[in-house]
Amino acid sequence: MPDFVKTLDFKGLPCPMPVVRISQEIGKIAVGDVVEVLVTDPGALADFPAWAKTTGQAVLETKQEPGLIKIYVKRQK
Amino acid sequence: MPMDVEKEIAALKERFDTLPGAENKLSMIVFSGDLDKQLAAMIIATGAAAMGMKAVLFYTFWGTAALRDPGKKVGGKDILSKMFGLMLPKGRNKIKLSQMHMAGMGTAMIRSLMKKKNVASLDQLYDIAGQLGVQINVCEMSMDLMGFKREEMIPYPNLNYCGVATFLADARESAVQLFL
Repeated sequence: MPDFVKTLDFKGLPCPMPVVRISQEIGKIAVGDVVEVLVTDPGALADFPAWAKTTGQAVLETKQEPGLIKIYVKRQK
Repeated sequence: MPMDVEKEIAALKERFDTLPGAENKLSMIVFSGDLDKQLAAMIIATGAAAMGMKAVLFYTFWGTAALRDPGKKVGGKDILSKMFGLMLPKGRNKIKLSQMHMAGMGTAMIRSLMKKKNVASLDQLYDIAGQLGVQINVCEMSMDLMGFKREEMIPYPNLNYCGVATFLADARESAVQLFL
């Protein structure tokens, strides 16, 4: 698990809110920092990498636990 | 033969920048005034904005009824416009599902299911879209045809009135174009 500066709790939010929220939050951390994002929407597993690819950010790792998905997003720019 | 390389590059760049689809932008026609399609339009638009894209929605025909503000009343309409205005839904919270409306039962069920499953409502989506800078362009001709006036439209931060040429100019330079 990468080191992260904070955790964003998007549990219970369905599409499109997880990507909308990460797009609003990513600018609040420094370039190079990583956030841990907690989601329950399984669509986020495909959507976060797609969002990162389009916006030039990076998904470092995703972890699936029962009923919870953790996504580690790095601000690249 | 000496060539002005810088000039050539500038000319190429200009050409490249104005190629169709060159902008990281979504242009969508929102033709439908159905609840399900309006939801899809708003989800795609807010999603596009989250992806760093510009999003421009062109509301036309039945779609324009969803932009009416139920709290506003305007006078001075002719009898046909008045009748049309009464028959068309007054705003996004009065629109119906395109299928399974079932005299209101289906639409009410979807609205309560959305609440239960925490799916963003149209009210919330319009609010987020406004915050994210999603542009709404309204077809003047449709408004006129339906008998709607600008004064009865919702307050929305990025609302413009225009025609088909504006849509086409936007669509031409957009990487993504959709019709709903």
